[in-house]
Amino acid sequence: MTASQNSVVEARGLGLTFDTGDGQVHALSNVNLTINKGEFVSFIGPSGCGKTTFLRVIADLEQPTAGTITVNGRSPREAREQRAYGYVFQAAGLFPWRTIERNVALPLEIMGYSKEEIGQRIHRTLELVNLTGFEKKYPWQLSGGMQQRASIARALAFDADLLLMDEPFGALDEIVRDHLNEQLLKLWARTEKTIGFVTHSIPEAVYLSTKIVVMSPRPGRVTDVIESDLPRERPLDIRETPEFLAIAARVRDGLRAGHSYED
Amino acid sequence: MTDRFRDKLLPVTVLLLGIIALWYAGAYAMNAPFQRDLDRRAGETPAFSEFFVRTMTQPKPTLPAPHQVAQNFFENTFLRKVTSSRSLVYHAGITLSSTLAGFAIGTLLGILIAVGIVHVTALDRSLMPWIITSQTIPILALAPMIIVVLAAVGITGLIPKALISTYLSFFPVAVGMVKGLRSPDVLHLDLMRTYNASRWQTFWKLRLPASVPFLFASMKVAVAASLVGAIVGELPTGAVAGIGAKLLNGSYYSQTIDMFSALVAGSIVAALLVAAVGLVGRLVERGMGGRPA
Amino acid sequence: MSIFLRNWQSVLALALVVTSFAFLPIVSSGAGGTSWPIVLLLVAGAVGGVALGNTVAVSAVLFIAAHGAVWLLLSALTDHAGRATPSFWLLLAASWLLAWRLVTVLSAIRTRDRRTDILLRLFIPFLFGAWLLILWEAIVGGAGIPFVLLPPPSAVAARFANSLPILAADVNQTIFKAVLFGYGVGCGAGFLAAIVADRFTFMQRGLLPIGNLVSALPIIGIAPIMVMWFGFDWQSKAAVVIIMTFFPMLVNTVTGLAAAGHMERDLMRTYASGYWQTLAKLRLPAAMPFIFNALKINSTLALIGAIVAEFFGTPVVGMGFRISTEVGRMNVDMVWAEIAVAALAGSVFYGVVALAERAVTFWHPSIRGG
Repeated sequence: MTASQNSVVEARGLGLTFDTGDGQVHALSNVNLTINKGEFVSFIGPSGCGKTTFLRVIADLEQPTAGTITVNGRSPREAREQRAYGYVFQAAGLFPWRTIERNVALPLEIMGYSKEEIGQRIHRTLELVNLTGFEKKYPWQLSGGMQQRASIARALAFDADLLLMDEPFGALDEIVRDHLNEQLLKLWARTEKTIGFVTHSIPEAVYLSTKIVVMSPRPGRVTDVIESDLPRERPLDIRETPEFLAIAARVRDGLRAGHSYED
Repeated sequence: MTDRFRDKLLPVTVLLLGIIALWYAGAYAMNAPFQRDLDRRAGETPAFSEFFVRTMTQPKPTLPAPHQVAQNFFENTFLRKVTSSRSLVYHAGITLSSTLAGFAIGTLLGILIAVGIVHVTALDRSLMPWIITSQTIPILALAPMIIVVLAAVGITGLIPKALISTYLSFFPVAVGMVKGLRSPDVLHLDLMRTYNASRWQTFWKLRLPASVPFLFASMKVAVAASLVGAIVGELPTGAVAGIGAKLLNGSYYSQTIDMFSALVAGSIVAALLVAAVGLVGRLVERGMGGRPA
Repeated sequence: MSIFLRNWQSVLALALVVTSFAFLPIVSSGAGGTSWPIVLLLVAGAVGGVALGNTVAVSAVLFIAAHGAVWLLLSALTDHAGRATPSFWLLLAASWLLAWRLVTVLSAIRTRDRRTDILLRLFIPFLFGAWLLILWEAIVGGAGIPFVLLPPPSAVAARFANSLPILAADVNQTIFKAVLFGYGVGCGAGFLAAIVADRFTFMQRGLLPIGNLVSALPIIGIAPIMVMWFGFDWQSKAAVVIIMTFFPMLVNTVTGLAAAGHMERDLMRTYASGYWQTLAKLRLPAAMPFIFNALKINSTLALIGAIVAEFFGTPVVGMGFRISTEVGRMNVDMVWAEIAVAALAGSVFYGVVALAERAVTFWHPSIRGG
């Protein structure tokens, strides 16, 4: 089987089992999934369903114990060594001893960019996340939402085509979250990146994604993959349209089906 | 400013005044029996106020009164030439030099060992348990032997004392620095991994800056320990010079006032050293964008 | 290439063994016959450590080779102290490298089995400590370092075994009289003072900065004054220990009593709980990690205080007394034996406090997490 030219992530029969003191935990079991170039893929499911683990396998932060996975047609390790993706964690994770611009510069310094190049990229990416003017601030001088935007800028700075986001807005309040979701969509449209996005909010998943992967726990597996036919241009009030609600209902059904399995 | 006065300065001042009052009361109580004895032999029966003053002015009191210590301290600090062997500045300088030498070497050594422990598994598993254990050992007991043995092979003066200070300051720095170098959370380490950062880059850009608060906290402990090491190191050398020597001399001749003012000198040196390390720490942390407390 | 890099200790050890051929025998006065078993052992260890695939087999070969060789090396020194040739040092370095390789192999073992894990956790540092003693013994013996400067561990051990009654009397005087009494009174007084300070915010605000300052001062300097006041016997040492342990306890308890969270305190308020009830049910348990921190710090401080105070004058018994007089007589083996006792006592004291801490603050993340 050859992966299509278009695919960025290709998982076949992927499994991951953790050994813990209490025995084995099947974090992922027989996951088959393709993420194509330019897609916005959300992973949704209750905690323990392996959505974060799957993202971490793509990022080579965890090693699978079964099956195969390729990123850009290579192993995750090779992809990581070529800096193929940017990763945004649940917490902003900015270095408190660096200003916002030095935080964005961090990956660029590590990857050996020239001084002028770093300056240009800081300017460009901070503009992209609407943080121009905050270059010299330290993280603690910014609100939670701004910190998370800075961490997105940090992930965008080195122009990886793939952006992996692990519940990036989970700790923020609903209003800030709506705002950031809107901005994220705009950013996605402008940069044409491929995005993998972990969430446990149904509206967030439906609003953002072109493809929604519904997962369920024990063992962590994919129960449904929903292709969204919503238009790419999405104002916030799209969330009241019947099309949106129909997809949300299907996601909810998928989640419920996964749950009834365990009891 | 008024808040700071009410919340901190006022209580501290009141408490200090209380301590001084207690000290006077103690001085009276402890010096009274000897004074009574003295007066009886002289066949005098002074009034209470006269008796009280006499207990505060004995040349070799059991517990010198605060003003006696203050006067002695003032005379021996400001009125004597710095090169005089009776000058407290001279003795404090001797002790300070070996303290600082030992502290500097000990800190460097502690940092190096910590870097080794964090990066080499074999060192972590074999050396780290010993470093932890050695913190529970009264290492200071080694001091007289180090001094005497080194003196036997002709090494005297600053080096043996500095060696004890090195030894005492090395452990807290090593332990604190290991903690500091390991303090970055998993998220930050994962982040460096997604950048495919080398060990070296992770060390310089993440571990080292993250360890700075830990380093300065342990350096405060280390500098205090270093001073104690230097003072104790001065005891067995026959008491030539330094704050420890001053203490020992005082105890030979029951010069309690001298001993107390030597103690005051030692305490001031300690407070200044700890404050200096704290100040440098604060400056460095502010330079690194630390949130003002 | 990488197999040599990974086993660089073994490769280097082999090189050292080969180099040592140029300087045989290992001690300068005959007795060259014993060197061949050493060489054979080391070569077998170096080669076996690289060639064998199984971790257990590699560890066993390295263990036997390194320790067998060094045992032969040490026994070759008997009656030939100070006559080591370069060959001796090269072979010693080779054995040490093999031991290092062994520690590296053992450290890399990741096991799920708890018992094996604990065994390894104890065995690896034990090996390190043993090699510290081995190298000490070999260097002192091989280079013929004067006894006064540094006695070999074997001599210290012999002295230790021969002086048990004296050592026991010293421990009794210093630890069971001065340290334990002073520690109990000092910690108790510090704790009570902290409770009093806690009742009066004013006191607390004044005591905390003063206590913090005093904790950094060289309090040990009061030792000669205490000896003058309370005489040569253990009471003066106990007084030093009391003063040294008082302030850490005070500061830590005051800090600990402030450690309970706002939410929990508000909860107690909703129950209309009184001061003492809140203290007993919430604030003291929350302060326990801090209190035990002080108890641990103080266990070391108490020993230091008592021993150093004895340098200023004692009856003719006590650990500090023994150290200072035997140093004066240049009986350094006795000093080392006394230091070994002090180290042992310090570790045991600390260990007991740490065990009590585990039992009391089992709920704290630092204990739960292992």
